[in-house]
Amino acid sequence: MMKLEGVSKTFSNGTLALENISASIGRGEFVALLGPSGCGKSTLLRLIANLENPSAGDITWADGQPKAGEIGFVFQDATLMPWASAAENVFLPLKLRGQSRAAAMPEVKAALAQVGLADFFSAKPASLSGGMKMRVSIARALVSKPKLLLMDEPFAALDEFTRHKLQEDLRALWRRSGKTVVFVTHSIYEAAYLATRILVMSPRPGRIAADIASTVADSTERRTAPDYIDLVKQVSQTLSAVMPA
Amino acid sequence: MNKTLERAAPFLFGIIGLGLWQAAVWGSGIPVYVLPGPIAIVRAYAGDFDTLNDAFVSTISVAGAALLVSAALGVVLALAMAASSLVRAAIQPWAVILQVTPVVAIAPLIIIWVNQPFLALVVCATVVAFFPVLSNTAAGLAATPRDLLDLFRLNGATRVQTLLLLRLPAALPYFLAGLRISGTLALVGAVVAEFVAGSGGFASGLAFRILEAGYRLEIARMFAALMLLAFAGIAIYGALGLLSHVMLRRREI
Repeated sequence: MMKLEGVSKTFSNGTLALENISASIGRGEFVALLGPSGCGKSTLLRLIANLENPSAGDITWADGQPKAGEIGFVFQDATLMPWASAAENVFLPLKLRGQSRAAAMPEVKAALAQVGLADFFSAKPASLSGGMKMRVSIARALVSKPKLLLMDEPFAALDEFTRHKLQEDLRALWRRSGKTVVFVTHSIYEAAYLATRILVMSPRPGRIAADIASTVADSTERRTAPDYIDLVKQVSQTLSAVMPA
Repeated sequence: MNKTLERAAPFLFGIIGLGLWQAAVWGSGIPVYVLPGPIAIVRAYAGDFDTLNDAFVSTISVAGAALLVSAALGVVLALAMAASSLVRAAIQPWAVILQVTPVVAIAPLIIIWVNQPFLALVVCATVVAFFPVLSNTAAGLAATPRDLLDLFRLNGATRVQTLLLLRLPAALPYFLAGLRISGTLALVGAVVAEFVAGSGGFASGLAFRILEAGYRLEIARMFAALMLLAFAGIAIYGALGLLSHVMLRRREI
């Protein structure tokens, strides 16, 4: 669905964050961008979202540059508006495109139901747990029916139990919807559990060090399956090879 | 038990203090034109009830009007500064200069320039009061979470949408905190202006009554006006505290 060709990014302070990134992302893939902190994986995500421009190289789309609302973005923090209810927060992307509240409410409800929060329609963020806030944030990213879902370490700040549950739900959601997902993470386990393909990035300046396809079968025992554990091993070895001693 | 005592503590402390004060005045025989006791002050207040209450209304009107003007001016300037870095660069140093120049020094000029006494006092008080609203609102507008701004951009929000749906609501707590500081400053400004204006000003505010009572050595009356002034300060502070409590508590729960 999109292609990165020779993409580099140098910040205004002269830091070279990304160097010569080339990759293509196909429709329906679940791609994990895996790398150590500061390797530029979030920057790469922002480039894909057109929130920043590359210093060199091209990003091309199979059916043209995405329009407003065609990219869903989930940040590391839930970044909900604290003064607005869960429903109002999810309604936001539709509101910004001029939809009326009445017309949008069925979609808002559906999006909240999709993340398991149908009963928390009018709850304010302050009354929700960290995991629930993240669910609202995901519902907000899904409500505009984006072609591409970009997620920037969305579960990094959650406790392990909540994280596992959200990973499972996200994976199920991806299987149901067939959306294309690019997911930034610094957790090998998370990448191996979620993705169909793992792009391993080297420390700054970020380059793509390896492109590993996952063959792990879908099952309820995915976390303990032998090929999952093999994948974790393979990714770990790749990472330690690219990390400076 | 402890909590009740804690709540009552300021009142107990006040009553004990007033009692000691009265006892000291009685015991030492100090003349009333040097230091009146609380009873003499209450008597002076009762004896001049209407004039002093009118003065209270006059001063609090000046402070209130200055606060409203400060709020409007502060928000408008903060928005202009947030919208354009050129405007920010142009305005900011002048706002700071105006803020750090003591109002006592500017007040005589303002009172000469502005013919209408009420207006002159309001202008003086506004000069003192508007800065906290301006700087706090500007800080609030600048502190809008970057991720939310990105989210608005991704969804094709217009500048007006971003302002109304995101920047202004995000800046509201900052604005209200600024308003609380400005409230007490507006009173300070009103009092300073009245002092400077003297009988050439509105000639009816609490500060003017304090001056007048001082000239006439009516020290008990002076204290009564001072007491009302303190009460005006508490009223403004309390009202603004309540306002921000109502506006912020409701919205996040």
